[in-house]
Amino acid sequence: MNDRPWEPRIVAFFCNWCTYTAADLAGVSRMKYAANVRTIRLMCSGRVDPQFVMDAFAKGADGVLIGGCHPGDCHYGEGNYKMLRRFRLLSRMLQDMGIEPDRLRLEWISAAEGDRVKTVVNDMVEKIKALGPLSLPEHFRSWDREVMTEAEAQAHGGLQEARHG
Amino acid sequence: MAKPKVAFYWCASCGGCEEAVVDLAEDILGVVEAVDIVYWPCAMDFKKKDVEAMPDKSIVATLLNGAIRTSEQEEMAHLMRRKSQFLIAYGACAASGGIPALANQSSLEDILRFVYGASPSTTNEQGARPQTATTNNGHSLHLPQLRDVVRSLDQVVEVDFYIPGCPPTPKLTKAAVGALLSGNLPPKGSVLAPDIALCDECPRKESKPTDLGFVEFKRPHQAIIDPEKCVLAQGFVCMGPATRGGCEAVCIQGNMPCTGCFGPTSRVKDQGAKMLSSISSNVGPKEEEAIDQVLAGIPDPVGTFYRYGLAKSLLRRKVPKQG
Repeated sequence: MNDRPWEPRIVAFFCNWCTYTAADLAGVSRMKYAANVRTIRLMCSGRVDPQFVMDAFAKGADGVLIGGCHPGDCHYGEGNYKMLRRFRLLSRMLQDMGIEPDRLRLEWISAAEGDRVKTVVNDMVEKIKALGPLSLPEHFRSWDREVMTEAEAQAHGGLQEARHG
Repeated sequence: MAKPKVAFYWCASCGGCEEAVVDLAEDILGVVEAVDIVYWPCAMDFKKKDVEAMPDKSIVATLLNGAIRTSEQEEMAHLMRRKSQFLIAYGACAASGGIPALANQSSLEDILRFVYGASPSTTNEQGARPQTATTNNGHSLHLPQLRDVVRSLDQVVEVDFYIPGCPPTPKLTKAAVGALLSGNLPPKGSVLAPDIALCDECPRKESKPTDLGFVEFKRPHQAIIDPEKCVLAQGFVCMGPATRGGCEAVCIQGNMPCTGCFGPTSRVKDQGAKMLSSISSNVGPKEEEAIDQVLAGIPDPVGTFYRYGLAKSLLRRKVPKQG
């Protein structure tokens, strides 16, 4: 463990044609934005499987950001609409599972909108800082501390014997 | 030569899996002829101490059904694991938590508060709650402890094979027993059922359109289901696309949509996420409001997509509020 203060970890899934290019543009334009985002480039926001989002949370992400082309601009026609529909239901289901809506965000950012990447990332980092860590891996470990080990099971069996005998 | 020993055990379950064993009907006579059933609390009079007295690994296979919720079930899972060469998670609850694991959406305290207090049919003026130990007339009495989380069998002990279903079909059970006895087994950790999606073996496959374009979702009690046509095409949530086949579409043949009891295929990690993806991508409208209106027909996504698999899902349960 280190003593550095907690910083949100955000996993970002950006589409190759728009949002990833915008993030690239932000970089070559030397725009500064919060360094809390780990970007994964996909060919299309329509490739984002809800499993990716949930796996990111389960492995310790505090937030997940999905970036795609504006409606009507998808390189493949309809991929971003598929993502939008999934997002609407996934967001509702994650709330039912205790994950706050601000932790999952979908944004349309075109290749020309480098500044938008900066604004969105900074805003998301602020919102997640306000929520605090999600810490699912720590939750999993703490839930499982109640489980009996093999040795405890054997000892317990022995105790019962003694009690009955 | 001594016959191979087999055991059956149940944990947090409804009894349907025991019923499924009995559903082998006259085939069970063949099983009884081939094996020695050494432990089966539901049907035969052997005690825990009889199992404890057996040498380790002396039971060839234990078919254990039910999820794990109590300390006693954990202890029994460990005991059966120790005494068996093969431990088989039998049925949806043992394999992935099943219906009991839906309790993971509530905290144990909330459940106890409702069951021993708030429920309309409960009268409990002293506010009594189950205790793990008490004394009565000088006798000490013990009850198992309820755990906070409901678990699948493999979240407590190592599991060799899985037989899915709520309950498993007699055909799969028979095939599994045959495989165990002949030693003709797939790699450890395998699910003893075909690795295809249910849609693949569905008799209504031909009537499933490529583009479903949902404009509304209905629940089975809200409309009459056409017995010939794909139920998804009729606007009912059917878990077929994200569920393993092998049941031969028994529910569909009874004119009910699949609810997902066979769990996912080997290519899928999280059945619910995959089904959510499939269903929502196929919604017709493109505008947020119109999309939400269609999706409002699925009022409980967790209960719909994780009806049998919440314990083994990527998130496992509702994350408790940060305190």
